[in-house]
Amino acid sequence: MYRRTLLAAAGPLATFGILGRAGPAAAQAPGVTATEIKIGQTEAYSGPASAYGAIGRGLVAFFKRVNDQGGIAGRRINFISVDDGYLPPKTVEQTRRLVEQEGVSFMLNGLGTPPNTAVQRYLNQKKVPQLFVATGADKWANPKEFPWTMGWQPSYRTEAQIYAKYILQNKPDGKIAILYQNDDFGKDYLAGLRDVLGDKYDRMVVKAVSYEVTDPTIDSQAVTMQGSGADVLVTAATPKFAAQIIRKIYDLNWKPLHLLTDVSLSVAAVINPAGPERAVGMIAAAYLKEATDPALANDPGMNEWRAFMKEYMPDADVTDSNYPYAYGVGVTTMQVLKQCDGDFSRENIMKQAANLKNLEVATLLPGIVVNTSPTNFHPIQQMQLQRWNGTRWELFGSVIEGAGS
Amino acid sequence: MTEFLHQVLSGIASGGIYASVALALVMIFQATHHVNFAQGEMAMFSTYIALALIQAGVPYWGAFAITVAASMVIGAAIQRVLLTPMAGSPVLASVGVFIGLLLIFNSVAGWLFTYQLKQFPSPFEGPPVLGGFVTRHDLGSTAVTLAVLSLVYTFFRFTNLGLAMRASAYNPASSRLMGIRVDRMLSLGWGLAAAIGAVAGMMIAPVVFLDPNMMSGVLLYAFAGALLGGISNPLGAVAGGFAIGVIENLAGAYLVGNELKLTLALVIIVVVLTVKPAGLFGKSVVSRV
Amino acid sequence: MRSLPPWAAVLLLCAAATPAFLVSDYRLFQLTMVVVYSVAILGLALVTGFNGQISLGHGAFYAVGAYVTAILMSLYDVPYWATLPVSAVVCAAIGFLVGLPALRLGGLYLALTTFALAVATPQLLKYHLFEGWTGGVQGIVVFKPDPPFGLPLSADQWLYLFTLAVGAVMFLVAANLVRGRIGLAVRAIRDHSLAAEATGIDVALCKTRTFAASAMFTGIAGSLGAIAVGFVAPDSFTVFLSITLFVGLVVGGVASVAGPVFGGFFIAFLPNIAEEVSKAAPGAIYGVILIAFMYLLPSGVAGGLGSLLRRVVRRPA
Repeated sequence: MYRRTLLAAAGPLATFGILGRAGPAAAQAPGVTATEIKIGQTEAYSGPASAYGAIGRGLVAFFKRVNDQGGIAGRRINFISVDDGYLPPKTVEQTRRLVEQEGVSFMLNGLGTPPNTAVQRYLNQKKVPQLFVATGADKWANPKEFPWTMGWQPSYRTEAQIYAKYILQNKPDGKIAILYQNDDFGKDYLAGLRDVLGDKYDRMVVKAVSYEVTDPTIDSQAVTMQGSGADVLVTAATPKFAAQIIRKIYDLNWKPLHLLTDVSLSVAAVINPAGPERAVGMIAAAYLKEATDPALANDPGMNEWRAFMKEYMPDADVTDSNYPYAYGVGVTTMQVLKQCDGDFSRENIMKQAANLKNLEVATLLPGIVVNTSPTNFHPIQQMQLQRWNGTRWELFGSVIEGAGS
Repeated sequence: MTEFLHQVLSGIASGGIYASVALALVMIFQATHHVNFAQGEMAMFSTYIALALIQAGVPYWGAFAITVAASMVIGAAIQRVLLTPMAGSPVLASVGVFIGLLLIFNSVAGWLFTYQLKQFPSPFEGPPVLGGFVTRHDLGSTAVTLAVLSLVYTFFRFTNLGLAMRASAYNPASSRLMGIRVDRMLSLGWGLAAAIGAVAGMMIAPVVFLDPNMMSGVLLYAFAGALLGGISNPLGAVAGGFAIGVIENLAGAYLVGNELKLTLALVIIVVVLTVKPAGLFGKSVVSRV
Repeated sequence: MRSLPPWAAVLLLCAAATPAFLVSDYRLFQLTMVVVYSVAILGLALVTGFNGQISLGHGAFYAVGAYVTAILMSLYDVPYWATLPVSAVVCAAIGFLVGLPALRLGGLYLALTTFALAVATPQLLKYHLFEGWTGGVQGIVVFKPDPPFGLPLSADQWLYLFTLAVGAVMFLVAANLVRGRIGLAVRAIRDHSLAAEATGIDVALCKTRTFAASAMFTGIAGSLGAIAVGFVAPDSFTVFLSITLFVGLVVGGVASVAGPVFGGFFIAFLPNIAEEVSKAAPGAIYGVILIAFMYLLPSGVAGGLGSLLRRVVRRPA
């Protein structure tokens, strides 16, 4: 009777032991064989951040094109992108699966600060590159403590510093109101403004109000901010709430100098729903080219991107700014792999990621390049200010270099 | 003082959103004694249907009518196909089905229509009134909500059908003995709730913009409003919805700050229900031993 | 309700421990989470399944347990195992407090109140006054413990065995609770609270205590989960967690001690299966499978197995 129980128990156990404890043979270049390179990604395909799932889809299509064009160093890229629903415990599970079970070479462009924080220590301990994470949190550029983690986009803090500088230059007596999302993204903007405003912060910032992603509207916050008498508004909000605030301040007939986070400058996702005429005069910092910008109709970089979208993502909404973003990440990644020159060990991949010099990317604004070094893990630090004129974003001034934290 | 007034007005506007969804919850509760957690997602899905119709060239009110009718059919069909077989199962299993529906509607909407934000037209366009603190849409949608409220109230209070529906929910066995087709009442109830939800969705979308997660924030406040006013009372639920909107706004602006608004909603719910368990306007049901 | 003979229970435990020596670290991590979720669902089963009080907010207790452990380990250097008793006490206390107003609410109202608790939890965790402890939106990183006494085990192996041991104890406690006099009172309240009161049971106290006990169970699960995942943040404990635990309960079997184990497997593995089936709409697949389970097994897997056993094992007349 005991034996039968034991035998019965062995069945389901065997199915779990597929990989057994023997473990994969330690390869010189894990995740890399003679024919393929495996790359992993955790992305938010479901849940509150699912709008960003388009980035993952864009990358999948990008690497498909790479493979169709022959791959790299004779190998095709096996890009495995999985859903974590923006839930850190899920991110841990999926990342471990990708690293330990799928045996990927490195993790690419994982979405979100909490998800990436959850796996940062693990990946650094296992010496797996956590490349080009898809969040603007400032803390990803820390080569001393986390030598295997690197961001990609300009940090939100850098962007806020740029706005603060602009305010000091153009409205030094301004009274500032800030609308921010109550999470790491929003709070980074507060930090960036404080960095530059210093002791002027308490005097100049008359109202800083937050909202939760679960809030249906931000009307109450808008009324509060208007009531504070502010004449400058900094909005650190995701698309839905950015669109709402643009419309609301127009309805309230409140015309502050409006500075908007680059996360929400998409014409299709924010400006059009809010009403293009309502956003006139708004200023944002950008680093990516805007898909619907008529001035870029003949831009070779965007044409390259458009051709790619037409062939590989014909049903996708080309006005979704996530796609130029994904393309930019893809191009940067391929440059890293190219520079590896056949040595795809994790060490070398990380070394080359920290060795990008003035890389021009098709979907980045002209003048903005990717630069990294062993002490500089901020690949993109430049942005340019632009103003909405009612029909399109007009760049002005010159490319500005941020400083990060 | 003006700022206070603005907060109140703005609270009434958001309250209107909660009130309209609360009505759908009341309808489903009156008809089935269940609360359908998927009500919000169904409303969102209906709104997408409306958007598809409008983008295909159908004029607004035509699309409105078709969507309401279609939602009614979908709601009744879901009840007939999915829930009738669950009639004999434990209550918690039904809740499991509602959760399943919630996931399905949300996921399918995201797959079919993408997660990109979309604009939804309002039939009440025009320059803002009252110094810009109330938009025409706010007024219009509040009027629509009140109109639906009066229809629902009249239905339950003054029509035989409404009485039959309420009876079916309270006591299916006796209702059958009285000659009421209980299963038809249930399907009708679901259909009406889905229709009301569709109206709510179409009134909400112009304000909050349409995306698959549009309703997730609204649902809690709508529940709170319905509970506060009394889930068995359409009038109470609507009043509760408006009340929640105003309270949330004022509390967020003056009392606890925005960082604790949800906690405040929770505290309000607990306090009101501790003092008046059936809700402010609800009737306590006395059960005999 | 037939109880498991001791030899069978020991055998089951040994069988459950063997994967520690057979499967990869990643699979062990998944199995550890299965145990964690099972204990969490067990807590929910106590209050919802056995006591009839619907709670849609148990994610909040899970979060409290997780944060207690994380704060103690990161700020005060408390060893991981010592955080469990503290977590138990804190969660039981909070559960008692939550249970007090819950007394006046029944069914629907309680469900929606606990739902509000679940929705409010992330916001509370982010509140700036608590930031010094909770780490605010950034969360807290929890370091995985190494095996003690220099045992030749990997950290994941040790953690699985540790979690399994704690889980086994929790299930034992629950089984005893449910089968004893307290359990009888608890179930009596669920089935007919008026009659229960008439027989002299202090309904109010019993209900509150059950809430406290259930919060303790789910809180301990949260602590174990925090150690296993290695990270806590407000985003980890959204309302979705409470809904997930509830799903695990109804799928596994509502009024059963064994049910939560099935529930734990379900919620741990089904999302991955759903993603395999459909990349584009995994939520829909999950929803469809969930509805199918509710159809075919309205009393959960445990309920279904129970009725199967009853049909197969015929008792003498």
